[in-house]
Amino acid sequence: MSVLVFADNSEGKFKKNAFEVTSYGKKVAEMTQTNLVVLTINADNVSELANYGAEKILKVSNDQLKDFNAKAYADVVKQAAEKEGADIVIIDSSSNGSYFAPLVAVNLEAGYASNAVELPSSISPFVIKRKAFSSKAFNNTEIKTSNKVIGLSKNSFGLVENSVNTNEEDFTPTLSDDDFNVTFKSVEKATGKVSIADADIVVSGGRGLKSGENWGIIEELADVLGAATACSKPVSDLGWRPHSEHVGQTGKPVSSNLYIAIGISGAIQHLAGVNSSKVKVVINTDPEAPFFKAADYGIVGDAFDVVPRLTEKLKEFKANQ
Amino acid sequence: MKILVCISHVPDTTSKINFKDDNSKFDSTGVQYVINPHDEFVLTRAMWFKEKQGASLTVVNVGDASSEPTLRKALAIGADDAIRVNAEPTDGFYVAKQLAEVIKNGGYDLVLAGRESLDYNGGMVPGMIASLIDYNFVNACIGIDVEENQVTATREIDGGKEVVSTELPLIIGGQKGLVEDKDLRIPNMRGIMMARKKPLQVVEPIDTNTTTASISFDKPEPRSACKMVDSDNLDELISLLHNEAKVI
Ligand SMILES: Cc1cc2nc3c(=O)[nH]c(=O)nc-3n(C[C@H](O)[C@H](O)[C@H](O)COP(=O)(O)OP(=O)(O)OC[C@H]3O[C@@H](n4cnc5c(N)ncnc54)[C@H](O)[C@@H]3O)c2cc1C
Repeated sequence: MSVLVFADNSEGKFKKNAFEVTSYGKKVAEMTQTNLVVLTINADNVSELANYGAEKILKVSNDQLKDFNAKAYADVVKQAAEKEGADIVIIDSSSNGSYFAPLVAVNLEAGYASNAVELPSSISPFVIKRKAFSSKAFNNTEIKTSNKVIGLSKNSFGLVENSVNTNEEDFTPTLSDDDFNVTFKSVEKATGKVSIADADIVVSGGRGLKSGENWGIIEELADVLGAATACSKPVSDLGWRPHSEHVGQTGKPVSSNLYIAIGISGAIQHLAGVNSSKVKVVINTDPEAPFFKAADYGIVGDAFDVVPRLTEKLKEFKANQ
Repeated sequence: MKILVCISHVPDTTSKINFKDDNSKFDSTGVQYVINPHDEFVLTRAMWFKEKQGASLTVVNVGDASSEPTLRKALAIGADDAIRVNAEPTDGFYVAKQLAEVIKNGGYDLVLAGRESLDYNGGMVPGMIASLIDYNFVNACIGIDVEENQVTATREIDGGKEVVSTELPLIIGGQKGLVEDKDLRIPNMRGIMMARKKPLQVVEPIDTNTTTASISFDKPEPRSACKMVDSDNLDELISLLHNEAKVI
């Protein structure tokens, strides 16, 4: 038996989620008294994974897998799990992870718990807590099958340093043409911008900003903080901001360390999607805005006055760090 | 082209979420149910294929009789017919198996489902179906065009979007972007009248296993009161974020 973690990378480099799933996998391996095996596909340098407990690393190098492909990746994970006798497979909740994890589950005849937020609360029966109702609640789910797939919710476990000696091994999966029936054509990525999925800090604006032209103050604040920008649903519906920035129950979920909501009232659908952020700051002219009830820190004030001053103060603060 | 749209019947997004029987069951008292919002976007995109490319459009739900109003609403929006698999949707795998059976029997070319349903947020049914019946699969789909057998689809990725090409038969997990909010249709009187006469077939579930079970629910911990900071004292906010919350 062993625990298999899939550590994803972007253009060869690991992001935080790879270290988070590895840290988590290490703890699950300890709980189940087995070993951790980490699978990588076309990563440049896997040595960093050793800092988070990766005792064994399987390295796949294959040009066909250069672009993410859900079916092919699911096949690779299946073969790696079978080779290692892994009965628990852990995958992150990135757009790629949540795309191919259900395929892995069917491949391995495994029960799948997505959006897990904690370590299993018990191993036998295997029970794990996961987000439900768009973070309005949690569901304790039992996985009944002998093989199990866990989708770990981003930023729910964090990184746990745990230096180990690593044994690296090349692994050559068998791929078939059928794996590539969905083929990559092109990609469009905003360059030089932090994505909401990767961001530790998210600065979000609502209808209180009155027009898309006023977004400069949001972007400048995000810049000093190295944050991603986001918005409420009406803001994207009005075309002030692109849909990719819409967060909430029907948009992207946010689980950053810090979420700053500016001119957002805090409707239930908005809160549902951003609730799992650790710390929330609200800036709103209306002291009765519902968002204050869900926030950690609040400022009653006009965004056009407060935000530029906050940005300047933060610049000073950062300069003195 | 034969299209099947999978419809999940979920609590309205404004619902307060409560549990009963010692937190083991969802309490539906006073809860209004709606078409899962992601499914509404895919259904609207499916209507475009029906109107512009002559596709047939069936909607399906796995659920008990209480989900029929939701299916009727989909018929009122414009689907041709509906299927209800008469079973409690106990877990994602069970639902995927039931839907896979409906798809095999109906020979659908294109299956459109929402990226996730807003109750259990599993995000697993479309991918599991694809794997069970070996259909091509695109998740978090925000754009789709079909010419003959050829499909061009756009999917959302972290920090951008990606265009892929593939072929029918295909299943997608779709979301807003396939159509916009303003394109969503509110059923009109004529649609509602016609929907009453459209076929809604109830089929019995196939015998299959579940792989997970819901044990209990928890609510998020109540949070401590919001600390208010004077708008003239932004240094205090920075100090709180740095020293107390430790997030900057
Ligand atoms: C099915 C469904 C799904 C939905 N999904 C989502 C979702 O995923 N995400 C989402 O965000 N919404 C969603 N909504 C919409 C949601 O109900 C609210 O309408 C929306 O969140 C409100 O956006 P807002 O806070 O930006 O605007 P408003 O509610 O108009 O709030 C604007 C706020 O700005 C404040 N303000 C005004 N001027 C200033 C100023 N100068 N400085 C500071 N503050 C100011 C006001 O006091 C007010 O609190 C959904 C709705 C439905 C029906």
